[in-house]
Amino acid sequence: MRTWYCEDQEAIDDAFDAFFEAESPPDRVRASARVGFDPELWARLSSVGGTGTALAEALGGGGATLMDLAVIVRQLGRYLAPVPLIEHAAASRVLAAVAENDPAIGLGRRLADLSSGERIATLALRPLQCGRALLVPAGAVADMVVGFDGSDLLLARSEPPGVAVPNTADLPLADRDLTGAAVVASGSGASQMWRRARAEWQSLMAVACSGLAARALDIGTGYVMQRRQFGVPVGSFQAVQHGLAEAATRSEGARLLAHRAVWAVGTGRPDRYRLAAMALLFCAETARFTTDRVLQYHGGYGYSAEYDIGLYYRRAAGWPLQCGQPATIVAELADLDLGPRSEPWTKAV
Amino acid sequence: MDFSLSPEAEAFRLEVRQFLADNLTEAMIAATRDGTIHSPALHRAIADRGWLSGAVPAELGGGDMDPVELCVLLEELQLHRAPIDALGVAVVTVSMILEHGTDHLRDTVVPRLLAGQALGCFGYTEPESGSDVASCRTRARYDGDEWVIDGTKMWTTLAHVADYVLLLTRTNPDVPKHDGLTFFVVPLDTPGIEIRALQTLGVERSNATFYDGVRLGDQWRLGEVDGGWQVMKTALKYERGIAGGQFPSPPVIDAAIDWAGRTRAPDGRLHIDSDEVRDKLVRAMIDVEVSRSFAYHTAALASRGVMFGVEGSMTKLFASESYKKHCSWFLDLMGPEGLRTGEDPDAHMGGRIEENFRHAPVTTIYGGTSEINRNIVAESYLGLPRTR
Repeated sequence: MRTWYCEDQEAIDDAFDAFFEAESPPDRVRASARVGFDPELWARLSSVGGTGTALAEALGGGGATLMDLAVIVRQLGRYLAPVPLIEHAAASRVLAAVAENDPAIGLGRRLADLSSGERIATLALRPLQCGRALLVPAGAVADMVVGFDGSDLLLARSEPPGVAVPNTADLPLADRDLTGAAVVASGSGASQMWRRARAEWQSLMAVACSGLAARALDIGTGYVMQRRQFGVPVGSFQAVQHGLAEAATRSEGARLLAHRAVWAVGTGRPDRYRLAAMALLFCAETARFTTDRVLQYHGGYGYSAEYDIGLYYRRAAGWPLQCGQPATIVAELADLDLGPRSEPWTKAV
Repeated sequence: MDFSLSPEAEAFRLEVRQFLADNLTEAMIAATRDGTIHSPALHRAIADRGWLSGAVPAELGGGDMDPVELCVLLEELQLHRAPIDALGVAVVTVSMILEHGTDHLRDTVVPRLLAGQALGCFGYTEPESGSDVASCRTRARYDGDEWVIDGTKMWTTLAHVADYVLLLTRTNPDVPKHDGLTFFVVPLDTPGIEIRALQTLGVERSNATFYDGVRLGDQWRLGEVDGGWQVMKTALKYERGIAGGQFPSPPVIDAAIDWAGRTRAPDGRLHIDSDEVRDKLVRAMIDVEVSRSFAYHTAALASRGVMFGVEGSMTKLFASESYKKHCSWFLDLMGPEGLRTGEDPDAHMGGRIEENFRHAPVTTIYGGTSEINRNIVAESYLGLPRTR
């Protein structure tokens, strides 16, 4: 058991800490708010091999593990980087699996484009409505949308709208039409691949939320030591300290659970689906709690758009909700852990 | 990163499960109703396996149990509701003696504790000193050839069945409070010691112990005179290593699932089919996975040779606070049925949820309150200034 990064991962972590600090400072995050996407950052990420990290080398990728990718994603979370790396990676990986199962499908060149970041792929995470996917993560900028209609795995290739639905978290959300999408896999293989892609997204998003929470905590700790009231730093008050300590504890738990989930998904452990969903729920809640506490301890300045904590507060809500209501994910987990409901239930009139 | 247990640790888990199947009986668990969460037969069986000595850090000359395997042992014991209040005390006491003790203590006390023939208990807390443990007032004076001890200790749990108390005393009242403390290992049959039962909100019995002119040879001293705070620090360190409080929730969740799967709401549907019940059960199971992640992370750090500190505080804080929350949820889930105590033959699973509901509050208090643990996280993890 090794619950910490190996030396290589430490190096990746340091490199991407520096990368996102330079390339995704708060003013760049704010500047990309309308579409929720920074093409220049995406190009820079692609040039350092970020967009194809966890794709096979034969496809032009980095051949790294899901866990290595998670190291980058945690830093992405810390800096709220406005690039759809999580969706892109999970979608690219499921398309690579499709191509491997069915070489005749001819996805080779497209996978190379995804690796290089020339094209962007995403997942329509929630059930389709009459062939349409609503509020698709990265829907505003993705050239390829992978979806699942309950039996077939679908791939829609179309011009991205380039415009996002105005939203709380400045995310590149947009509706996408999958009615004319190609069926790229069917049967139990399709549902297995879809389930895995979703678990990859969930576990990586959990890691991003844990990074977001950790950075919010850094911001909060820095602020309360610099801000003075009643003649002393507000960080010297125990009420403030205990709120931050609670957030720190949950954030550390969130990090551990998220990493464990990525490890379980990446190595195909039997409990991978439950851990991925649990990690997403817990990390989302922790990011929400932590950003709330830190915003509160900023006092009035926390509510001012000038301060960065508001960006974290909004993103903490928006990022994980792209996968659906927490209640839906809880219900899926209940079916896994408690078994499906024992009796059909219709509400008494 | 790798979150898997080694094949040895997986095999060890099976070994522990088999051991519990052979050695832990429902009668042993039921016997704890008298308030003593200790089974002599089970304690000795654990000692006979070498797991008690195994849990003592190897660098002190203890066993060779990997900290991750120790975590497996503690997890399995708690999942099976084994009464093990004496286990942690024994390991901590032996560790402290091996690190600080005289030859006399090493030769007489350690072998008996390790064999499970003798038990220890902690004597830190006093009526006027809880979290502020260094404000201890139990007085020890050297009168020329012996120590004379006077004072009162609270929460000396197990003292009524134990052989030794690990006693924190004040030897110098004229220096800053941390600098005038001295530890002793005191045989509980020494004249002048009185043990009175202290009943609790939960089922367990604790004790108040009174020391009136207790005379003790210097060979029972643990560590330097006035060097008690150094010894206390190692005690806290070892206690966190074997805290054992990280897995309290699963037996309560099991009971809640069992209850929800057997009983119906007034509208006729099984409780386990309701959204609210499923939500609470799932959220409790998530907290358990977070607690497990913490516990094994802490163990993995220890096994790498890192002496963890704040991780132990986080583990304890999260696990105990969430356990208390779960007990409260599940009591509500059962409604008035949840109020039946184990004395009532109609109580579900011997009143397990009710009993845990009353036990839970102590877990966020003993071994460092949640507030003290938040102070520790604020200071050593976040680098915020000391507030006391």
